[in-house]
Amino acid sequence: MLTVRLFARLREDLGTGELSLGWSAPATVGDVIERLGAQGGEAWRRALAAENLVIAVNHSVSSREQVLADGDELAFFPPVTGG
Amino acid sequence: MLTEDIDAGGLERWLQREDGGVGAIVSFTGYVRGRGEGGDIQRLWLEHYPGMTERAIGAIVEEATRRWALRAVAVLHRVGELGPGARIVYVGVASAHRGDAFAACEFVMDYLKTRAPFWKKEFTGRGERWVEPRDSDEAALRRWGAPGGSGRPDAAEGSA
Repeated sequence: MLTVRLFARLREDLGTGELSLGWSAPATVGDVIERLGAQGGEAWRRALAAENLVIAVNHSVSSREQVLADGDELAFFPPVTGG
Repeated sequence: MLTEDIDAGGLERWLQREDGGVGAIVSFTGYVRGRGEGGDIQRLWLEHYPGMTERAIGAIVEEATRRWALRAVAVLHRVGELGPGARIVYVGVASAHRGDAFAACEFVMDYLKTRAPFWKKEFTGRGERWVEPRDSDEAALRRWGAPGGSGRPDAAEGSA
């Protein structure tokens, strides 16, 4: 099982902050992005293709090439604007 | 991460805490502006990523402690709904001399703005909008010798 979390504009645009995906190894972040696009449709494909998309795996910034393990928490969000 | 007001005076006392080695405290307090790019701001919504935010701030403080001789560091950030004039963030740094405290305080703020997962949404009379990151914030970060990038929080371990 993978947990996928979305924040800020991504969460609003895609209408969910968290979802679970069945696990199928081996998978990279890029594979999961493809899967989400295939099952979620155009809005998901566009949101996850954004050039400034930030990817985090288990609370650390990561990349599309990152290999995932069962139980990982994957997050997608726009550039941060705190402070 | 706080949902109530930030007590800047109490934090300064905590930073000093009868530590004879503290000769300087520099602090920064960020406030909600009354006017934004979208007009008069009625309220601000602060979203964060629980767990990752604490970890990112911990990594930033750890890096500051590695670069400068610091006696204590306090970082507090509000989340949730805030009105104009409310404190959003407080960074306080205590050191023996002012140079380290000034530099470290600015460093922590520059990193926090571009690396800690927080997002601001403004509500004005004309509607709501997510605040866009500013190029000047990334430019501020590069002064510290950080690699350029896209608003990415640090990955190192640490505690807030």
